Amino acid sequence: MFVFLSPSLSLFSSFFLCLINIKMRILVGVKRVVDYAVKIRVKPDKTGVITEGVQHSMNPFDEIALEEAVKLKEKKLATEVVAFSFGGPKSAEVLRTALAKGADKAIHVTVSDAEAAKAEPLHVAQALQKIVEQEKFDAVFVGKQAIDDDASQTAPLLAGLLDWPQALYASKVEDGGAGSLKVTREIDGGLDTIKVKLPAVLSADLRLNEPRYATLPNIMKAKKKPLKAIAAKELGIDLTPQTSVLEVAEPAQRKAGGFVADVSELIAKLKEKGLVKA
Amino acid sequence: MFIIFRFSSRKKRSAKMLSTLGKSATRLASSKKAAVESSSFVMNLFRGKSVTEQVFPYPLRLDAERKETLGMVMGPLEKMLQDVNNVTKNDETSDIPKAVLDQFAELGTFGVLVPPELEGSGFNNSQLARVAEIVGAYDLGFGVVMGAHQSIGYKGILIEGTEAQKQKYLPDLATGRKFAAFALTEPTTGSDASSVRSRAVLSDDGKHYVLNGGKIWISNGGFADVFTVFAQTPIKQADGSTKDKMSAFIVERAFGGITSGPQEKKMGIKGSNTTEVHFENVKIPVENLLGKEGEGFKVAMNILNNGRFGIPAACTGAMKHCIQKTVDHVTTRVQFGKKISEFGNVQEKLIDMVAKCYATESIVYMLSANMDAGIKEYQLEAAIGKVFASENAWNVCDDAIQLHGGMGFMRETGLERVLRDLRIFRIFEGANDVLRLFIALTGAQHAGKHLAQQASSGVGGMLGLAMARVTGGPATGSNFDSVVDSSLKDSANLLDGQIKLFGQTVQNLLIKHKKGIIDRQYELVRVANSAIDIYSSISVLSRATYAIKNKSTSADFERDVANYYITKALRNSQLSLEQAGKGVENATTVSTIESLAKQIYSNGGSPLQHPVEL
Repeated sequence: MFVFLSPSLSLFSSFFLCLINIKMRILVGVKRVVDYAVKIRVKPDKTGVITEGVQHSMNPFDEIALEEAVKLKEKKLATEVVAFSFGGPKSAEVLRTALAKGADKAIHVTVSDAEAAKAEPLHVAQALQKIVEQEKFDAVFVGKQAIDDDASQTAPLLAGLLDWPQALYASKVEDGGAGSLKVTREIDGGLDTIKVKLPAVLSADLRLNEPRYATLPNIMKAKKKPLKAIAAKELGIDLTPQTSVLEVAEPAQRKAGGFVADVSELIAKLKEKGLVKA
Repeated sequence: MFIIFRFSSRKKRSAKMLSTLGKSATRLASSKKAAVESSSFVMNLFRGKSVTEQVFPYPLRLDAERKETLGMVMGPLEKMLQDVNNVTKNDETSDIPKAVLDQFAELGTFGVLVPPELEGSGFNNSQLARVAEIVGAYDLGFGVVMGAHQSIGYKGILIEGTEAQKQKYLPDLATGRKFAAFALTEPTTGSDASSVRSRAVLSDDGKHYVLNGGKIWISNGGFADVFTVFAQTPIKQADGSTKDKMSAFIVERAFGGITSGPQEKKMGIKGSNTTEVHFENVKIPVENLLGKEGEGFKVAMNILNNGRFGIPAACTGAMKHCIQKTVDHVTTRVQFGKKISEFGNVQEKLIDMVAKCYATESIVYMLSANMDAGIKEYQLEAAIGKVFASENAWNVCDDAIQLHGGMGFMRETGLERVLRDLRIFRIFEGANDVLRLFIALTGAQHAGKHLAQQASSGVGGMLGLAMARVTGGPATGSNFDSVVDSSLKDSANLLDGQIKLFGQTVQNLLIKHKKGIIDRQYELVRVANSAIDIYSSISVLSRATYAIKNKSTSADFERDVANYYITKALRNSQLSLEQAGKGVENATTVSTIESLAKQIYSNGGSPLQHPVEL
């Protein structure tokens, strides 16, 4: 159940709604990525990184976005939190994690593993757009970036597609009153506080919150929550890539350093390497 | 000529000493005198038979859903063990704060095996083993709190309890709203579990048992709300007399009359709470009897057998932690102009550590998977797992400290704490020395019954036995050719030879000593050592074959580790069996040991004169 905010509401009722705050349905995008603790290895043919037999988990920034949505629900500012993932069959795992962490429902936009490997932020944003249009959400929360491709594009692309305001890199989210959110963003040199009118797209920064753990009892309960799968093709999304990967390579190995006895030797060595002027 | 030895008969001294072992062994082999067939690999090993249906193919099968659920909780568990729990502080303060336990309770780690309907996590044993492994890698003291609570504390309610008892107690215990403890040990009751002195007597109105007695070294004893307590109860015999027999009870602290002593000062696992628990006229409602009256010993053994695999799992985690620290150290530490990882002796030590860990892990998941498959007869396998894991972990940690040099001795490195924590694992939940005798005697009894049956089946049977002895024993009946990967064939052949030699050695010992075998601890310990080597080898063989068949990314590595481990383990097995089989030499050695020990005892200490004569 949710209260739909519309401009046609009478003055009285919008005043009333201000008092009882906003009531949102939030869609949260969660991506399945190689776990942050895994040492990444590049495939021998340099087309990507090895993902087989590697521990995967929910993108940490998406975890933060999800936590914020769940917290808003606990504060009665949101009525429903729906988790969304775009990806291969195993993306259902992160959706079940999302359900265990407090999402009410989950939607899996399915593609094959091969398609998922080539999917771009635009495809994900398009899928999110379709779901928002079909199911009428008031806000979409995503992580500011995924730790695998670091693209940081899904949130702004989606805001553009939906023609919604965006609040990117959120480090604090509060009720802004009158159907808006007050969002604090960490920027170079300080904090930027903005107010966005709902519906809006929000991306979560690192310090927004500390995500809760998926507990075993909640994991068991989550098995009973609904998880809907829709093929990306059914949504009419054209998965043709707009970019192609030329090469994926390991970072250059750092050479071992050496010890110097004193400052004069250090300076001599630096001069030798041409790092300071003779 | 062959006699089925029974432990309760004439030899009073040894019978009393080994009453625990004897009772469990007798119970295991069923009350009937007839020899029974078994599907347990270790049980059959004692007959020189290679029965591998529980061993091949490697039985671990976690379905996708169980795997996923496990995967979902592993990350949070590790993060909480790093961020919420502070192992160094627990060790320093000899305490794990209640707030920390509460957070782990929320995670669901205190009700891992309890069904979801009773607010538990509904895991199976293989999933629990993986959880225990992670806990063991971070904090063995915390592992003991967890184990004392669910692996033994309320395990009795889970596996022996009535429906009403489960409904009443498990939801609170699984969620950590209440904590449990297992109260068996008393000042005069250590390894000899049936000798407890605590007594519970039925009240005149027949509604309560009144419990009196004291227990020592009870893990979680200071804060547990629910105790599984073992006490003698007077039981009416058929002839009208009464006899004390052990019974098990569910006792709530809330019943009153229960006091706990202060936290004991221990060598390790200091974070775990260990206290005395005293019962003074505690009124236990009759419905809190756990299992049948007088069958407390059976209940205790079932709980311990069932919970025992948690120890090898935790030890495996501890070993992995030690190995990782060692790799990090030796690949960065430079001495004599190169990284110490390049020295052959360092490499050998490291590979031994890895091989021991691999073998232990192979046993853990073979055992847990067999338990999950509903196999009931795993007592010997579980006992081997406990002995093997606790000793491997001790040695691996010791080697890790050695390879760290002086750094290993420093508190900051954290390995000295792990070593202190690990020491108890060779003692509690069945001292390894006693478990060795349990393994050897239970197996020997099984073999003895079959031997007696064969011998009593007339001249043909006798002749068969005689023939077998002359020709070096019958074939083991192993099917290694069809179940073992060809790259492990040499190891499989070695193993087959050891199984045969093992059966022959046990048979010879039985023929020679008959029921006197019970007193041949010199030979029994060596037989047990060989059984441990053989069972760990076959576990490794099965696991490596499984990895190769499934094209695991580490298949090549596993094949090499497996061959390395098995060659080494079976060399030790060969030595143990040779020693156990040397009748005349053993008699001399054993009488020397006895004579020297007697001199020391009668002297009240070592009679040695100092070389400086001062």
